[in-house]
Amino acid sequence: MTGAQWVTRVLKPVTWVACLGPAVWLLAATWVTLHGPTGPLDWDLGVDPVKTLQHTTGLSALVMLLVTLTVTPFRRLTGWNPIIKVRRLLGLFAFFYALSHLLIYAVFDQELSLTKIAADIVKHPWVLVGFAAFLILLTLALTSPAAAVRKLGGKRWQSLHRLIYAAGLLGVLHFLWLVKKDESEPLTYGAVFLVLMAVRLIPRRSRRAGELKEGLGLKSRA
Amino acid sequence: MVIKPVPDKDLRSSDLTSEAQFWSRREWIATVGGGAIGAAFLAKPLAAVGRDQADDLKLTPYDSVTGYNNYYEFGTGKDEPKENAGTLRTKPWQITVEGEVAKTGTFDLDVFLKGLPVVERTYRHRCVEGWSMVVPWMGVPLGEVIKRLGPTTKAKYVELITLVDPKQMPGQRSDVLPWPYTEALRMDEAMHPLALLTTGVYGKPLPNQNGAPIRLTVPWKYGFKGGKSLVKIRFRETQPKTTWNIAAPEEYGFYANVNPMVDHPRWSQATERRVGEFFKRKTLPFNGYADQVASLYSGMDLKRNY
Repeated sequence: MTGAQWVTRVLKPVTWVACLGPAVWLLAATWVTLHGPTGPLDWDLGVDPVKTLQHTTGLSALVMLLVTLTVTPFRRLTGWNPIIKVRRLLGLFAFFYALSHLLIYAVFDQELSLTKIAADIVKHPWVLVGFAAFLILLTLALTSPAAAVRKLGGKRWQSLHRLIYAAGLLGVLHFLWLVKKDESEPLTYGAVFLVLMAVRLIPRRSRRAGELKEGLGLKSRA
Repeated sequence: MVIKPVPDKDLRSSDLTSEAQFWSRREWIATVGGGAIGAAFLAKPLAAVGRDQADDLKLTPYDSVTGYNNYYEFGTGKDEPKENAGTLRTKPWQITVEGEVAKTGTFDLDVFLKGLPVVERTYRHRCVEGWSMVVPWMGVPLGEVIKRLGPTTKAKYVELITLVDPKQMPGQRSDVLPWPYTEALRMDEAMHPLALLTTGVYGKPLPNQNGAPIRLTVPWKYGFKGGKSLVKIRFRETQPKTTWNIAAPEEYGFYANVNPMVDHPRWSQATERRVGEFFKRKTLPFNGYADQVASLYSGMDLKRNY
């Protein structure tokens, strides 16, 4: 299999299946909650169904955002470039779950009342932070097609898409703020986020060294 | 001892849905539910909107009441208490009484409760996190217990202290909260006939995860006021420090009365979700017990005394 075939035949399908997993589970569990049998099998959404929907979509958005942020460090560390081909897909799934999260909140918490939603955002920093993260992901999703990259120009597109770092920070904050006391789970995600940020601060010495070697005609042909 | 039953003012005629309201809701549901948006998923929750709001005192299923608990002594997840509380030994159980009171000492629970009337009370249970249940509790009015113990004139507050034993309570091996979990009431609150020392639920003894063998239930306050697995009652002249108030004073006050007008700093308290339901309902002042208890707080600034 060539590199390109590997991407289309394995990497992309695997990414799709993994990213759709939570959505498929939630839909199935919602169906069981509404129509299915009740019993000892925990296949439904549990005691507080809306909370399960909200928590799972929110967590999925955060996880996928962090996975998206892992692509570049992973590529740099391993030198395995094809991984970049799924970065946009991962980012779009982060947006998809953030959108679902927002819609569930809008429908079940605020009964689709824009005035209620606006009041909630203004009044509660926790909601504001989550909404800001969503707006960033929305912007990035809208500017994700190749046409948008061409229109914006690579440099501008790249600086715009660095906003994902802000979205990650706001996402962690949103999670941290929701917890009543035991903050270990959001702090774990916060730590992962910080590591992913810190990795980006390491100077790309290895690459420069590689370029230097290449320039001198010293690069080995391993 | 004869106990005057508490008049049931829970259901007022204003709480009931008129027939016109009922049908206008159905109409709205038909309009929206008939829409193209995944009818199979939305029709049922939408149909529940009207019904949910009307069934104010529909009992929350036993499995939900006993499988969805905040009891940090057994873990911070809501399913953890049910999983982990098996290690708690509730027999024998002793209660210590101390402070500004005539009958001090340590009593076996059976002796402590002997001769007191066991009442059944179906109460709304509102968690400060924004969810709620309706629970058929059984127990002894706290006021009856207090009368028998004979507090002195200096007793202004009742402090209720719960068990500390990391061997039995794995959650206490972490310092997520300062142990022992301690709650307290002003004496007039404690004497109010709605305040209950709860020993059972759904006609059965209290399961461990719900605070066996004896816990506090104060239906007009947020759930965290209801300390579980009580081991000590102390009568005091000064206001005791309470656990959540120590942990986060800006967020959880001493009074913790259910109040839709006073938001938690991070979230709204105007609405709540009955567990199992999809849409939220309005939170009632004093959790629907304003007629009975509002007078306890007349003249008090409830925004400041949250």
